[in-house]
Amino acid sequence: MNARRFDDKVVLVTGGNSGIGRATAIAFAAEGASVVIAARRENLGADVVDEITGRDGKAEFIRTDVTEPGQVEALFAAIGERYGRLNHAFNNAGTGVPLRRLANTTMEEWTAVMNTNLRGTWLCMKYEIPMIRKEGGGSIVNNSSVMGLRCNDGLSLYSASKHAILGLTRAAALEVAHRKVRVNAVCPGFVDTDMARKIFDHNPAAKDAILASVPLGRLAKPEEIAGAVLMLCSDAATFMTGKEIVIAGGQGIRP
Amino acid sequence: MEEKRFTDKVVLVTGTTSGIGRTTAAAFAREGARVVTAARREKLGESLVEEITEAGGDACFIKTDIRNPDDVDSLFNQIFERYDRLDIAFNNGGVSHPHIPTVAKTTVEEWDEVIETNARGTWLCMKHEINRMLKQGGGIIVNTSSILGFTADYGLSHYCASKHAILALTRTAALEYAPKNIRINAVCPGPIQTEILERAAKYIPNMYDMVIANTAMKRIGDTDEISGIVLWLCSDEASYMIGKEISVDGGQSI
Repeated sequence: MNARRFDDKVVLVTGGNSGIGRATAIAFAAEGASVVIAARRENLGADVVDEITGRDGKAEFIRTDVTEPGQVEALFAAIGERYGRLNHAFNNAGTGVPLRRLANTTMEEWTAVMNTNLRGTWLCMKYEIPMIRKEGGGSIVNNSSVMGLRCNDGLSLYSASKHAILGLTRAAALEVAHRKVRVNAVCPGFVDTDMARKIFDHNPAAKDAILASVPLGRLAKPEEIAGAVLMLCSDAATFMTGKEIVIAGGQGIRP
Repeated sequence: MEEKRFTDKVVLVTGTTSGIGRTTAAAFAREGARVVTAARREKLGESLVEEITEAGGDACFIKTDIRNPDDVDSLFNQIFERYDRLDIAFNNGGVSHPHIPTVAKTTVEEWDEVIETNARGTWLCMKHEINRMLKQGGGIIVNTSSILGFTADYGLSHYCASKHAILALTRTAALEYAPKNIRINAVCPGPIQTEILERAAKYIPNMYDMVIANTAMKRIGDTDEISGIVLWLCSDEASYMIGKEISVDGGQSI
């Protein structure tokens, strides 16, 4: 028996065409939401929309590169035009980088990671907050990471971007709590996604090392993150703001 | 349409005579669980069982002082005799002192009461729970810590120490039993409308105003705003989450 917690809600999922975003878009749609999927790769976006509509769910894909301010503006204009409102948003679009120590990182890598993960999240929040306020409240969930709280050899830029997302989450939560806009984050550990697979392809030894650091001894399924995102947008989380939920199979407990 | 995520699960909730424990026990029962409630005050404990039963739920009350190891032994013996299993435990029994003694003014009696109830009581219950869950191949535990489990406040040294300790127990046990299919997490409530808060308000003038001013949401939370999080942690949706806490504080600790 499936509860439908999001009937008649308009929900934005950025990076909703693969991995955690895809699983979250599908989960929101299964509980009645109209889901807007904003991402870059059109073919993958169309696949998710087909999968959702094939199960009588509601979804559309709006091609968006969150590093392009003009495209972000157009995304929210389109949401306003088509739905007239926004209830919840999952800012999930993000990119990884090959493992590389700080002294060897490049300006291109810095720009790619920060513009997508950090500036993209900030820019989307900037548009989401007034829209959600207008509806009398709602929920924003940002996708940080275990690397938002800790660091790892070779992941300096990624960690910096994910730490910064927690900073934005907390600051925004304070500012908009009285408007009944809740802002929280999820901090996934290693999830079985394209991003993880890319890292492992570059560095096959990394997979064993990573699994050895996870007390549960396995990667997360994207659905195991999606469930937390939905909970944060549900009535179960009405007193929760400015916080993160760490879903990492026990990774990061030990020093 | 109410979802029933815990049909036929045997669930223990300690500290059920009031506040968060009471609300959470009722919430588990509404979702189909067979709920064992354990606390000190018999009348209040029995009245919750009546409420749950009248609503068509399944619950029993076992009078228990978690400070007393014999009481805890007896609690678990009765659970295993009656149900022969334990699927989920919410270790929530806890106390505080409303008159907020500073470190130098805290008496040994006050120290012992808070530490022995909150920290030792939680540990002792976990010990019984884990041993049973190991035998049956898994289980789920949630402990009630507090935002004072990672922050501090005036006159609450023993309470803070006990709630910090609960997070340490949560994390260590999560590591130790992850391979055994026992998931252990904690919830860290902020200011929630409970007896502990009501009692404190009698000693601290303007407490409500101060607390409300201090939360981003400008209000005190309700107990059902914690129970929803506890039930989620005990659900299949949280299957990859271990050794962690969820803070629910209206933005107080940001």
